Amino acid sequence: MSADERPLAVLTGNPNSGKTTLFNALTGLRQKVGNYAGVTVERKTGVFETNGAEWNLIDLPGAYSLTARSPEEMIARKVLCGEMEDLPKPNLAIIVVDASNLDRNLYLATQILNMGVPSVIALNMMDQAETAGARIDAEILAERLGAPVVPMVATRGEGIEELKAATENGASEPPMRPWRLDDESEAALSYVSLALGRVHQDASDAELDSEAVRLVAGGDSDSTPPSDAAAEAVAEARSALSQNGHTPETFEAQARHQWIRSVTAKAVGRSENALLSRSDRIDSVLTHRVLGPLILLATALLAFQAVFSWASIPMDWIDAGVSALGALVGGWMPEGALRGLIVDGVIAGVGSVIIFLPQILFLFFFIGLLEDTGYMARAAFMMDRFMRGMGLHGNAFIPLLSSFACAIPGIMATRTISEPKDRLATILVAPLMACSARLPVYALIIAAFIPGGAWVKSLSLTGLYLLGVVAAMAMAFLFKKTLLRGEAAPLILELPPYRLPNWRTLFFRLWDRSGEFIKRAGGMILAATIVLWFMASYPKLPADDLAAYETRIESAANELEEAEIENERAAAAVENSFAARLGRWTEPALRPLGFDWRIGVGVIASFAAREVFVGAMGTLYGVGEADDDASSLQDRLKGAVWESGDQKGEPIYTLPTAVALLLFYVFALQCVSTVAIMRRETNSWRWPAFAWVYMFILAYGCAWAGRAAVAAFV
Amino acid sequence: MKKVHPLSDLKPGESGVIARIEGGVLRLRLMERGLFPGERVQTLKRAPLGDPIELALDGFRLSIRKQEAENIFVVREDEST
Repeated sequence: MSADERPLAVLTGNPNSGKTTLFNALTGLRQKVGNYAGVTVERKTGVFETNGAEWNLIDLPGAYSLTARSPEEMIARKVLCGEMEDLPKPNLAIIVVDASNLDRNLYLATQILNMGVPSVIALNMMDQAETAGARIDAEILAERLGAPVVPMVATRGEGIEELKAATENGASEPPMRPWRLDDESEAALSYVSLALGRVHQDASDAELDSEAVRLVAGGDSDSTPPSDAAAEAVAEARSALSQNGHTPETFEAQARHQWIRSVTAKAVGRSENALLSRSDRIDSVLTHRVLGPLILLATALLAFQAVFSWASIPMDWIDAGVSALGALVGGWMPEGALRGLIVDGVIAGVGSVIIFLPQILFLFFFIGLLEDTGYMARAAFMMDRFMRGMGLHGNAFIPLLSSFACAIPGIMATRTISEPKDRLATILVAPLMACSARLPVYALIIAAFIPGGAWVKSLSLTGLYLLGVVAAMAMAFLFKKTLLRGEAAPLILELPPYRLPNWRTLFFRLWDRSGEFIKRAGGMILAATIVLWFMASYPKLPADDLAAYETRIESAANELEEAEIENERAAAAVENSFAARLGRWTEPALRPLGFDWRIGVGVIASFAAREVFVGAMGTLYGVGEADDDASSLQDRLKGAVWESGDQKGEPIYTLPTAVALLLFYVFALQCVSTVAIMRRETNSWRWPAFAWVYMFILAYGCAWAGRAAVAAFV
Repeated sequence: MKKVHPLSDLKPGESGVIARIEGGVLRLRLMERGLFPGERVQTLKRAPLGDPIELALDGFRLSIRKQEAENIFVVREDEST
């Protein structure tokens, strides 16, 4: 059966209802992630099989209601109504409901049922419901709701077959809205339905009724009635509701809630909620006034330990593997432009993409663990007051914290931030957090040029990290006050009961995220690496010069001398390259910062990844692979002098210039991967371009001011 | 007539029954997340920095800021009854 012929089912439910686990259980690896057209809401699609047929399945974003105020809720409603341009109207909704928190979850479920969408209720987490002291009679519930109810435990695969069978049987259309107001209000509502029916002629009664309720409540961003007659009817309904003691904005919420209470009173027997009391006991430690923040700090340190030291082991393997592959392929191929492209461009480029994977996987493993266990919400709870200082919510804390390791997973983790403006502000400032790639640059410059003992040097390093944090806070505050100003969104944060992580879900998440990183950012990183390689290797040295070097190498007395001449040749080659020309061209612009063209080249080359700066400087100063021989690079840098201009002969790397260079790297968005992932997460080039420009201005300005300040003191 | 207090006045451990919720759009938002007039609510604790607060509701735990809690009015449940 081709993809377009399959019937379409959508999976919907509250956040934390186990929706994703069920999606994975149904589709396995037959799933892919994309975006809805024009918005950054993630669209997960997959295929699953029942006995009789294959179905397309869409995992709708988690939502608490269909009142479309957030982009997620808007998407959920539009898909269910069949209003998405590139999607047919779904044949079936599978509504995932957390059985341990039934009343709250039924709010969204009954909204969907009342729209007349044929639905099956997946009554998930039955094991937890038992712990929560709820004995649910699925038959009574099904009868009351007017839709099949399948009890299940998705994490253990229980009930999956029954769910598939219910899907196959097809759900009949659920009954019309069961809750009713007084006669006068109902009459007014039915006039709205009538007016709507004249505009949407093929809509069902249930669709018209639920649309009438939505328009009368009018809390949506898109709640303009489709005709003048409808607008008039809506206005009349609102006044009829008010006269009969209802509040137009909340009459639906209240009536629905009361009706749900009456249903669960019949279908659920309750005893003591051990699930929540267990969770509360855990929280008496984990969100304790003193212990809570300490445990959060320890958790963060453990995660960083993993990212910095454990991830470096597979990163070394990848590095060694890529070099070995390069050498192997280099050995097979004849010397020439193609070999350069393959070995130094493509293989090295692919290497620079996958070298990020261990860090990203480790970070996402931790983030996933925090999310699935419910600890993430506690971190947001504890840090909210602090984050509010920058105009953000507590849920921006973990993404920003992750950015200390690498801005890429940090930016990808902002998906948990539901407020679009908050999310954008977080994305824009995340690269200011000092990521691990800055460390080699900081270390080189501090070791060579910051005078004083070890404690001065480590204090300088700490200062640079703090500066990044302060800058991120200040910029977030500024953006929220200006560019991303909006009415302060309230914090309504669910603290779900603690749960053991589901390894399968965690695995799928890692699989998704790494695949996405490779697909979305990989191509661009690869392309940028090839461009940078080309710029650093072309044009080649003139044949005469090369021949001269060859002769010198052949007549070299020993290997050491040979290596020295080779380094010299490499330096000469770079000096002749497009990169150097670009560097010289930019020198006038960088001169106020005290940077010469070599630093310019290093800065440009480090756009591939910041730590490339160290290697590039190594090549430029003819010390070969710099990281193997850092002290000789430091000596070369100390000895470097200006080649032209009125400072000719004076050392380039003075303390003020070193400070300027450090400050430049604190602020500048020197990372093509971050730009790529920003583009992916914001769905436009506008925001990465904006981020690059504002950070460059910040970097240039602070480097200039820092240099002037230090020069005045020294 | 029972006296109502803003929920933000409840000390950790104290509970009450929601009498009314004010505040425009926020009101619907809070209802959609399960805060309804007539529901019993307990203030469990404050976050380490004093804000937000954690609320215990029937079947779930919710955290809101004091600022939001000022819009929710409750009839305090006397511990002796």
